[in-house]
Parts: sequence; C-alpha cells; structure tokens
Amino acid sequence: MCAAVNFDISVWGGMSVDQSLLLEMYRRMGLVRQFDEAVQKLFNSGRIPGSAHLSIGQEGEVVGACMALREDDYMVGNHRSHGHPIGKGAGVNALMAEILGKSTGVNQGKGGSMHLADFSVGSLGESSIVGSGLPVAVGAALGSQMQGNDRVTLCFFGDGASNQGYFHEAMNMAALWKLPVVFLCENNGYGVTTPNNRAAALEDISARAAGYGTPSSIVDGQQCLEVYDAVTEAVERARRGDGPTLVEAKTYRYHHHSEGPLYDNMTYRSDEELAAWKLRDPLLLFREQLADSVAVADLDRMDEQVKQDIAAALEFAEQSPLPEPEEAYTHLYRTPVVVIEGELSNG
Amino acid sequence: MANITFLEAVAQAQREEMARDESVFLMGEDVSGNVYGSSGGLLDEFGPQRVLDTPICESGFTGVAIGAAMVGMRPIVDYTIASFMYLATDQLVSMAAKSSYMYGGQTHIPAVFRAAMFYNGGIAAQHSDRNYSMYMNVPGLKVVVPSNPYDAKGLLKTAIRDEDPVLIFEDGNLWGQKGEIPDEEYLLPFGQANICHAGSDVTIVAIAARVGESIKAAEALAKEGISAEVIDPRTLVPLDTATILESVAKTGRLLVVDQGHRTCGAAGEIAAMVAEKGFWNLQAPIKRLTAPDMQIPFSSALERGFYPDAAMIALAARELIEE
Ligand SMILES: Cc1ncc(C[n+]2csc(CCOP(=O)(O)OP(=O)(O)O)c2C)c(N)n1
Ligand SMILES: [Mg+2]
Repeated sequence: MCAAVNFDISVWGGMSVDQSLLLEMYRRMGLVRQFDEAVQKLFNSGRIPGSAHLSIGQEGEVVGACMALREDDYMVGNHRSHGHPIGKGAGVNALMAEILGKSTGVNQGKGGSMHLADFSVGSLGESSIVGSGLPVAVGAALGSQMQGNDRVTLCFFGDGASNQGYFHEAMNMAALWKLPVVFLCENNGYGVTTPNNRAAALEDISARAAGYGTPSSIVDGQQCLEVYDAVTEAVERARRGDGPTLVEAKTYRYHHHSEGPLYDNMTYRSDEELAAWKLRDPLLLFREQLADSVAVADLDRMDEQVKQDIAAALEFAEQSPLPEPEEAYTHLYRTPVVVIEGELSNG
Repeated sequence: MANITFLEAVAQAQREEMARDESVFLMGEDVSGNVYGSSGGLLDEFGPQRVLDTPICESGFTGVAIGAAMVGMRPIVDYTIASFMYLATDQLVSMAAKSSYMYGGQTHIPAVFRAAMFYNGGIAAQHSDRNYSMYMNVPGLKVVVPSNPYDAKGLLKTAIRDEDPVLIFEDGNLWGQKGEIPDEEYLLPFGQANICHAGSDVTIVAIAARVGESIKAAEALAKEGISAEVIDPRTLVPLDTATILESVAKTGRLLVVDQGHRTCGAAGEIAAMVAEKGFWNLQAPIKRLTAPDMQIPFSSALERGFYPDAAMIALAARELIEE
C-alpha cells in the first residue's frame, strides 16, 4: 500500500496514510455506487435523455485501479464510465449536472452519460465507440514519453472491446515503444447480451498479452485491494519506463447493459448467476476487510457523508440552468473558422 | 526565391515547423526512410522519436496521434496514400472531429493528417481515391486541398499551428510540379480563396490539380475572346464562399471542376451554395465537371478521360457562354 496517494491526506486528521487511503477508497466506491443508483432513479423517472450504462457491481476494480494512479496521471474510460472519473478524483456535482444535460456539466451538456470527462483530474474522456479509447490512451502515453514527464495513462476497456482491432494495435504499439500505459480490462463477462465465451475462443483476455511480449495478470475485480496492488505494480513498471501491462479484472455488472425496459425479459444470464455475484459485492467485501483497521463507526459516518454528497450533487444538477440553445454552436473548433475574402494572385 | 517541387515545399514546411516547435512530430509508415520524399533529412535532424515509424495500423496510429494531441503534442500524420485513411476514419470522425465539441471544449486536437491522392496513375480502384469530399461532411474537421508548391507550404504551416484537426489532401499528380517559394517565412490563412486567373465571362472553381488545368483552359479561352475567372478555394472547410459568390455576381456563370466523384462531392456542395445564395446572378445553369460515379479502372486506356482536363474545361465553359 501507500505507493500512490492521489488525494489530500491532510483532511484525514489523526489517521495513518494507509488508513486514510483505505477510507478514501471506501468513500470513492460508495460515491460510484450511489452516483449510479441516483442515475438509475433519474432514468426511471424519465429525466435522462438517451441511455445510461451503470457500473453497479464493478466499483472494486474501478476505484482500485484509479487509486493506484497519481493525481497528474491520465485515465481513459468508455461508455460505462460514470465511475471512472469519480475514481480518478472528479467532483460529483459537475458529473451529475452533465447527466442531466445542464450547462454546469463537465462537458457543458454536450457529452452526457457516455462521454463524461473531467480533464482537470486527468480524465481524458470517455469514448462510446467500443475500443476506440485504447489507441488514444497509448497516444497520451506517447505524449508523456516525448515530453519527458513520468505520467502514466490508465486505460479501461471491456471484454467486448478486446475483440476490436484497436485492442491489438494499441497493445502492439505500447509494447513496441515501451509506453507508460496500463491496460485494465473490465471483464464483466458480457458485451450487451453476448457472453465472452461466444465472442472469443480464449477465456482469459490477459492471455493475449503474451502475443505482444507484455506482462499480464488476472485479478478478482470484486476485491478493490487486489486490483489496487496489481495496478500499482503495473504503474510502477510503466513509470520506470519498462512499458505496458495488461491487468484483467474479473467482475460483473448487476444491471443489464443499459437502463430501460429493453433487456427486461432477456435470458442471456440466470438469476442464480447474478445472485452469486451479489454475495461477493465489492463494497461489502471491502467493508469486511477494513474491519481490522478502521472503526465501523467511521465507515458508517462515511456512508452518510457520501449520501449527502450525492444528494448535494443532485440538488446542484437540478438547480443548474439548461444551456442556452446557441451553445449548441460552440466548441466545434478551437481555432475559429473565419473566411477571409480571396486574394488575387497569378497562381 | 527558390524554384522547388510541391513535395520539397511540404518537406520544408515540416522541417521548419519541427525546428520551431518541439511538440511537432511526424508519424506514419516508413517516414524515417523518406520513401515518398517529404521527410528527407528529418531523421538526422530530429531523431527517431519525432520522426516516428509506425506499424501498419492506420486506425491505431491515428488514435495514438489524437491521444498525443490531447496531452499537448502536435502530430503530423502521414498516411501516404489517401485510400488508407478509410481504416483511420473511425478515429478521424469519432475522436478527432468530435472531442473538442463533445467534451465541451475541455480539449482540442491540434493534429495534421496528410494524405496523397494517387489517381491518374494506373494504380486502380483501391489506390486512386480523391476522397476530400467525404470529410467535408464531418463538422470538426478542416479540409485543405493545395494546388501548387507555394500553397502547399503555406497551408501546411498554418495547419500545423491550427488548434484543430486538419486533413490535407495532396494531389500526387502535383508532387513533382515546381513553383516559386519565397525565402522568407510565410503562412497562408484558411478560408481564403485564390483568384488564379481574373476574368469576367465565366467563373471556374477548381480543386487541386484541376486548378492548373483550369488555368490552361482560361488561357486558351482568352485567345477566343472568352474571359474566364479561375478560383482555387485552397481550403474546402472553411470555404471562402464570398469570393466565389462575388465572382459569380460578376460573370453570371459557374463551372465547378473536381476530380472527385460526382454524387455528394465538393463540386455539388459549391454548386448548391451558389444556387442558394447567388441564384439571381446566374445567367445560365450551373455546370459540374467531375470524375464519373464509377470505380477507377487500371488500364490507362480506361482511366483516360475520367478527370476533367483543360480541353474538357474549355469546352464546358464555351457551352456555358452559349447557353
Ligand atoms: C464500435 C461499436 N460497436 C458497437 C457498439 C454498441 N455497444 C455499446 S457497448 C457494447 C458492449 C461492450 O461490451 P464490453 O466492451 O464488454 O463493455 P461492457 O458494456 O460490458 O462494460 C456494444 C456492443 C458501440 N458503442 N460501438
Ligand atoms: Mg463486458
């Protein structure tokens, strides 16, 4: 533990670094869970346009991986990424406002649920084109290498995304150029309704790393600390200049692929399977683990604080104004497109 | 003044910008080896990281360029042949064009994507694309089509300093063409058309290598007493509509010349723009000269005649005058 600290320890008066790190992990996992629960309610009440992909059940790997980073490291997410920016340290107010399409949202209402990004904490954007974030993460790592800083980029992607060409191209370039990137496969067993064993011949996605001369590991994604340890090691390797690592976290999403009635009567997975995973809930498991080092009262107090933070985020989002219609026409270009009338030359 | 080729002009622009700004780097297949001739000497001067040979994976390395741009680098991606951009089109459209907008201006992608159009050379359907029009349909991209060495250098330098993704379509038929380049530094702004040949009877808007053919046509027409004005838009996005409309207001006739395919092409867009905004100035229907909506054949016996040349342009202009 303690390899990386990407939060302000000073607020945790009287605690050891390890204790404060554990509590911060617990806090962020709680935030990810309760954020998505709030989104679910908003969705059910018809408040969210479009779709929402929740990561309830996956909080262990989301937070465990992000907490292994430094504050100035980069992170790239995907379509199921409300939790990733939270894990990376983003405030929940602007994320919630974005979900509701408000002008105070992280993307000022232009991105929404599938594209949350808070660049101020190194969250480089979530791309909802499956797999497309992989080479972008490699590019950020190339940028760090060229700039001579020691930032690391963490790239989340799903088991489904591992079948895109992007995955292979990204792994190859990252290994070839020894780039400081950590690939974190969130293997939740399914891409929409297709189980992994009907999309890939090998059960373990991590096995593919060998084809690129890249080390890999498999971790229990429901165990936040196991993920944290594996990613910490991968981050250290990347920071040393020794290149990428692939970490595969076996995990599960409790909800269907996305919210709404579309999947209600689908039988692609069994109730028993879901129930079995719920017994290994990442928050419950983590609470049990913390029992020795952190007082139960502190954990309860933390739960309460998270509840208040989410309530405040909802309040903030609700109270925030919608963007003005003319805002639809901003941000397309950074260098404005101006047309200067032609010049006469002799060609 | 120096008399150099289009390709040498491109190489100069890249060299000067890489020397000026260390965040500028070149990437693509075989760039260090200078296979196509636009990166000679760069490896020695800037080293293998800033003259970065990539594996053959256009979609992946385009994503890499975009990621690097997000964290402050300024990549120049060389696709060599424009047909290979199709593999990269997901990244160009979904990431490069959309990131600034979709993330509410938190980021932007200052990257240049160079692609050469190798049509009219007997390399058949899969290597002969003139595909700039497709990318005009993607808000967030800028599309540049230089027609001579001077423009190639000035526009590329502007592209490298631009904060947005810029696609530069170089006409392979022009790579060897020579032109005068001033010794002092210059940049050419985007969105400013070039009136290459002034005239008052008919406006000819031409793209890339069609500009040279149109100038030849205008010179031939002049001998017959027909005064043609040839306009090179230089950049299709942004498009200098004002210059085109002013010219049409004067001439009352518009011929658009484009080596791309006809349907949904640049010529169609320019024609529609003039039909909407300059209709009452027109004395004759607008005419388009384009490549046919047909794949590009291998045999030169078949490919010949696909792209409007000076004679075809002059003929079309005469027909317009007679209407
Ligand atoms: C290129 C592309 N193809 C298809 C989709 C539709 N789609 C969205 S998410 C998804 C499943 C992705 O599965 P996985 O990578 O395992 O991530 P998970 O949803 O399980 O977190 C699909 C098919 C898409 N967004 N992009
Ligand atoms: Mg999945």
